[in-house]
Amino acid sequence: MANSATDRAIDAVWRIESARLIAGLTRIVRDVSVAEDLAQDALVAALEQWPAAGIPHNPAAWLMATAKRRGIDELSRRVTLERKQELIGRELQILQQLDQPDLAAQVDDVQDDVLRLVFMTCHPVLSRQARVALTLRLLGGLSTPEIARAFLVSEGTVSQRIVRAKRTLAEARVPFEMPGRDELAERLSAVLEVIYLVFNEGYAATAGEQWIRSALCDDALRLGRILAGLMPRKPEVHGLLALIELQASRLRARVGPHGEPVLLADQDRARWDHLLVQRGLAGLKRAEKLSGALGPYTLQAAIAACHARARSVQETDWPRIVALYDGLAALTGSPVVELNRAVAVTMAFGPEAGLELVDALADEPALRGYHLLPSVRGDLLVRLGRQAEARSEFVRAADLCDNNRERQLLLSRAAACGT
Amino acid sequence: MRFMVIVPASPESEAGEMPSTELLEAMNKYNQELVSAGVMLAGDGLHPTSKGARVRFDGGERTVIDGPFTEAKELIAGYWIWECSSRDEAIEWVKRAPFDSGTEIELRQVFESEDFGDELAPELR
Repeated sequence: MANSATDRAIDAVWRIESARLIAGLTRIVRDVSVAEDLAQDALVAALEQWPAAGIPHNPAAWLMATAKRRGIDELSRRVTLERKQELIGRELQILQQLDQPDLAAQVDDVQDDVLRLVFMTCHPVLSRQARVALTLRLLGGLSTPEIARAFLVSEGTVSQRIVRAKRTLAEARVPFEMPGRDELAERLSAVLEVIYLVFNEGYAATAGEQWIRSALCDDALRLGRILAGLMPRKPEVHGLLALIELQASRLRARVGPHGEPVLLADQDRARWDHLLVQRGLAGLKRAEKLSGALGPYTLQAAIAACHARARSVQETDWPRIVALYDGLAALTGSPVVELNRAVAVTMAFGPEAGLELVDALADEPALRGYHLLPSVRGDLLVRLGRQAEARSEFVRAADLCDNNRERQLLLSRAAACGT
Repeated sequence: MRFMVIVPASPESEAGEMPSTELLEAMNKYNQELVSAGVMLAGDGLHPTSKGARVRFDGGERTVIDGPFTEAKELIAGYWIWECSSRDEAIEWVKRAPFDSGTEIELRQVFESEDFGDELAPELR
């Protein structure tokens, strides 16, 4: 952990520069693992030299020059040691590249490199967990311990995940390139998924004591904003960012004084973050303007916007939310979306209509073990005055739920139904 | 962590003079960097205080005082709202701004609910 003022300043520089540094180096050395090592070497050099010499005027250029010099030293040593002809050919090429004037000065190039790195760390050859860890590490500038803390796993697990991910990328010879036109849509949706996974783990932690881990939400928001800067013409990029900004606007109203979850209906809307609401609504407008048919993130952002605009649950435009869910259900065919749609139908047209939809999902295999199914059903039964049935639904939901805070909420709802 | 970065007024900004093309370009580039880094949430320049007003509170009385105001050093000409991972990161970003020598930029952390201590009743947090 940083202690002196300079060490903390170096941390800050690293947070700002590391993604661009690693991306620029990856373009040159064609191996993300080597690139990260060189970047780390440069960081170590900064930690050694800056406290005495002061922080250079252009820290980014200093870090890049130092990393390249390390790369040249390292490669020259290997070229003289090793006699493998083809290896030398490739490494000489890299050596020449490293020796060229600093390309990082050209800002547009650097941005393109960062985007290539995004597509690499979210590449489909990697498992979802690996994509998340690698993206947070290389693009978010998070350290291994920070990632471990965020996901409540050991540092060993995270560093193993990252090492394995980098090996997988090397073995699969994943190129440092923008995806081709034919695969761009699919690859972009993998990138958006990673950002949304990070956000959701912060927004409604699947495990552990806390119900919200907002640092992860911040990391996802930052990645989303960076991506929106890199791909400003892609509607779903703005759609995703709008969605998570609108959801994040409710974060501080979503937790009660004792850390317990507060549901949307019970939230004090004055405590929503209105700057994020405004940004989310503006982002949604941008996404809608760029879209032909609205994509899944933009549709979800449009739903979130209905809540953001409403002064209360009663004043919410529920019929519009139902219509948006219809679009989303048609697009995704997801039973979870169907379940959400059932809630919206309840609000728009009454609990009988909602219960009918929920009961139709009872045998859905994808929802088996999903605590929100009995939780929603319990809620509808309460509205219909069927307390005893509601109670057993809430108990069942609590049994299925892994988050302690949320489980307590469900048990208290069960208790409120009487015996 | 959220920060407000405050840009002080100058005789030129108070006179309503637009900054030079060079400064505007440099500022544009700087803003672009802030956006690309995912740091910038909002930012605006303010009209001179001649278009502003103050409302003074005195018991039940409210007195409106029209601008301009004179204590130039205490006036502001613009602000940014940034989301940064630390105070040090915010400071690092301020250092990169293209201001003339003599300028002093102030950086303030925005209160978020976790910053409130025990003095605030839990219901209000």
